[in-house]
Amino acid sequence: MSAVFLLKRLILAVPTLFGVTVIVFVLLRVVPGDPINMMIGPGATPQDIQQLREIYGLDKSIWDQFVIYLRDLAHGQFGTSISLRQDVLHLILGRLPVTIELCLMAMWLAIATGVWLGLIGAYGRGRWPEAAVDGFSGLVLAIPDFLWALLFILLLGVAIPIMPISGRLDFDTEFKPYTEFYLIESLVRGDFHVFLSVLLHMILPAVALALPLTAIIARVLKSSINEVMTQDYIMMARAKGYDRRRIIVREALRNALIPTVTLTGVQFTFLVGGTVLIERIFAYPGLGNMAVDAVINRDLPLIQGIVLTFAVLFLVINLLVDLTYAILNPRLRHG
Amino acid sequence: MAEATEAVLAGPAPQRRLRTALKNGRVLFGGTVLAALVVLAAGAPLIAPHDPLSQDLISSFLPPSWAPGGEAEYLLGTDSLGRDILSRLIFGAQIALTVAVVASFFAALIGTFLGLLAGYYGGWVDWLISRLVEIWMAFPAVLLSIVLVAVIGTGLHSVIVAIAVIDWTRFCRVVRAETMVQRRQDYVASAVTIGLSRRRTLFAEILPNVVPLLIVLFTLEMGIAIIVEAILSFVGLSVSSDTATWGGLIQEGRLYINQVPWLMVLPMICIILSVLGLNALGDGLRASLDPVMRR
Repeated sequence: MSAVFLLKRLILAVPTLFGVTVIVFVLLRVVPGDPINMMIGPGATPQDIQQLREIYGLDKSIWDQFVIYLRDLAHGQFGTSISLRQDVLHLILGRLPVTIELCLMAMWLAIATGVWLGLIGAYGRGRWPEAAVDGFSGLVLAIPDFLWALLFILLLGVAIPIMPISGRLDFDTEFKPYTEFYLIESLVRGDFHVFLSVLLHMILPAVALALPLTAIIARVLKSSINEVMTQDYIMMARAKGYDRRRIIVREALRNALIPTVTLTGVQFTFLVGGTVLIERIFAYPGLGNMAVDAVINRDLPLIQGIVLTFAVLFLVINLLVDLTYAILNPRLRHG
Repeated sequence: MAEATEAVLAGPAPQRRLRTALKNGRVLFGGTVLAALVVLAAGAPLIAPHDPLSQDLISSFLPPSWAPGGEAEYLLGTDSLGRDILSRLIFGAQIALTVAVVASFFAALIGTFLGLLAGYYGGWVDWLISRLVEIWMAFPAVLLSIVLVAVIGTGLHSVIVAIAVIDWTRFCRVVRAETMVQRRQDYVASAVTIGLSRRRTLFAEILPNVVPLLIVLFTLEMGIAIIVEAILSFVGLSVSSDTATWGGLIQEGRLYINQVPWLMVLPMICIILSVLGLNALGDGLRASLDPVMRR
């Protein structure tokens, strides 16, 4: 893979990011209702309101606001949250690792289970394993993740209470973290009690996030292996007398992975978007949960910051997917 | 020949199709669910045993009447403020169905119009609309709807706008593809030959042939809209928490999950039943309305 390819992708990301910045800014400025009135009590004097408007720069023209906003962004300043009265960047950086850990766990679960199911489905083609894999993905996709998450809470949190269903740590756990990456940090520090607690809290939301992606990976991988299996080089391998398992894993899988990776990338952005809801359901203290609070409180600077963060996440994911795609596909690798 | 005679004897095509559709189990199940929803929503003030807003703080958190401690007066129990859950569920059906119908209608309107244009005119029109759909679909729906609600403000109207603005792409893609197929049919060539204008050909000739497909999409979209409404009321971005919604009930149930699990279970059953019913109806109708699948 060439450096030119990488550079091209990076340069392409710039106008997209700028576009998102503009759209978010414009959308949030046409909001009806005054955010200052939302944050201030009914007893405030007009002078108080005016003063706050100046502090938040809301008294300037839209164009001036946009220029100031861009300049601040370039300096890494996202402004001050109206509802929490803290620096937006600081708030986001506090929550982002929580969401990243959760997403990585969910993605790992989805890929591990999905690929495994896809392989089983392809290996047992036309027999019960394929039917079972098809049945699983059909059932998973028929019910939205919102309801799956609630079902998990009912089944594993209430009916058979074996899993924690809210928060990130048990209340009585003593843990003084240096970073927000609790799972990684507790593992590195060898604090297995904390590690287990963080892991247990993470499993249900991660599974709920991972389910749709798991089903999609299983489905696409299975049908692309089945498709690849009709090609000449597979016939060749068969003629050489390799057994079916070896042919699927060593010969067919690599080529069958290309469409799966493309699709996984697109779906992974949906997984990240899904954290907004899933974190809310499991009272998980991540970025998505904060996004909902920000919207409820009409906290413009915070909403802006969170949406931009998500946009950057999506761009990074798409970039990674393109890279993986290029590594897997020899025509792009050498092109 | 015998088949043709039979077909003629069986009556005109649309009625025959309706009859085959009704024989389909999925259509029957979905139709029943939809009919029940309509009856509950339309007759809510008559059917509901209590006012969904009237509080009875002495009898809060009552279990369903058949469970120990339940009271016959409150068939499915009460919530934290002693409001009758059954009545709230029935009035919740009103909101769910309103959102499902109105939001799907607007999504269908925008999507069908753009889909027809893209499919019939092709060229730069198609290119522009297709790119728009692609960009639209690249953004996760949950996040987009939350940004939209942040912009328009909470409330029923913004939920409807959010769903329509996000989901028109579902209609657009399918209608575009179907229009492209229809455009090559003989009847379109005939319409052009007898001198119908392009606009007339599109809306008077092609559109009616897309309608069966639209019915299917509309049914499926209603299921999606019910879920989205539930999600937005669950996170508190839909109507005010006083108004009875299924998502709002779930949110309350989530708060008291360990004390009163039925509070969450009951609205979930309503949502799952409605969504499975509407999906079954859509799939069943597709099987009997889609000429390719019918054969």
